[in-house]
Amino acid sequence: MATAKEYKEAFLSPLFATNPIALSVLGICSALAVTTKMDTALTMTIAVTSVLVCSNFAVSLIRNHIPSSIRMIVQMVIIAAMVMIVDLVLQAFAFKLSKSLSVFVSLIITNCIIMGRAEAFAMKNPPLLSIVDGLGNGFGYGLILMIVSFFREFFGSGTIFGFEVLKTVNNGGWYMPNGLMILAPSAFFIIGLIIWLFKTINPKLQEGEK
Amino acid sequence: MEFYITEFIRNVFVQNLALSLFLGMCTFLAVSQNVKTALGLGVAVTFVQAITVPVNYMIYHYILVPCGVEYLTLISFIGVIAALVQILEMFLDRYVPSLYNALGIFLPLITVNCAILAGSLFMVERSMDFGQSIRYGFESGLGWAISISLLAAIRERMQYSDVPKGLRGIGIVFITAGLMAMGYMVFSGI
Repeated sequence: MATAKEYKEAFLSPLFATNPIALSVLGICSALAVTTKMDTALTMTIAVTSVLVCSNFAVSLIRNHIPSSIRMIVQMVIIAAMVMIVDLVLQAFAFKLSKSLSVFVSLIITNCIIMGRAEAFAMKNPPLLSIVDGLGNGFGYGLILMIVSFFREFFGSGTIFGFEVLKTVNNGGWYMPNGLMILAPSAFFIIGLIIWLFKTINPKLQEGEK
Repeated sequence: MEFYITEFIRNVFVQNLALSLFLGMCTFLAVSQNVKTALGLGVAVTFVQAITVPVNYMIYHYILVPCGVEYLTLISFIGVIAALVQILEMFLDRYVPSLYNALGIFLPLITVNCAILAGSLFMVERSMDFGQSIRYGFESGLGWAISISLLAAIRERMQYSDVPKGLRGIGIVFITAGLMAMGYMVFSGI
């Protein structure tokens, strides 16, 4: 049986020490694409976290019965089924948001975080611990997404969650929106700077001299 | 002839999967440490892409549409991709073990390379015909392979440069990729 310490470890370490985006470099595509607005980023976080928790749980339940030669297909089918459910739920209850996310909900299937955790964690650990691991990684992913989308929305269009904070020139205000922030290269720079920050705070993560 | 050349340039450069559409980023950033591995992966992705897009074309147009079950698109596409990658994995393990070892965990992760799934989804979205889907699969894969090789080449040179401590490793790669993406934006004017 896993101890309380293991649960805590599984939940907390993905937030900072092994953050899926900043340090394991997983799930970048969606992090770049959905972070122009904070509300889409939040929806995406919730969607990814719920898929991650469910798929980790399901994979971990049947981990001893999956023959290793077809394990990828089994994992993919489980994940694809979860994503289809999330997609349908979003269309039913948050139609506008699901429209603005468009293909990126279906691309959760190919979000490497989910597959990576299924392969690296859920295949080797009991179901409950896998759920906690899924939660931790989902929040770690969300943390970065929220930070990136905050900067991009704030400087790119002067709003936070759609509320106007800096009055833009087009609306008779003074703030000239920074167009680069809306474009994708800015997401690269922001994530790069976040990684820099993470590694400065926690020097253990720095890579040694090459 | 001109039509094919325009299409080729568009698929390889203008709508580059990695640097203008930001697909397949995970592997793009992680496996670009040296040119040799990057090239190997690029070839593998091109290969998988060139097969999956036409295969998915046939599945979509001859099975899913006639039966009226388009909502199964996602799950059947991903099934085809996963099966193909598994076959490729066994093949490489048997005949090219050095490449197999070099790719490591990233070979199974080709399955979750968004570039591959997105390629098939674009095929449906842009309603390509069969010939187009074959060319698109090959050309978009090629574009991805070129970008990852370029990034790997830059990273090899960067080993000798004096990067701030915290940025070393993956941080500087993000910045580099951002600059490359800005460079690729130039192509959208063509």
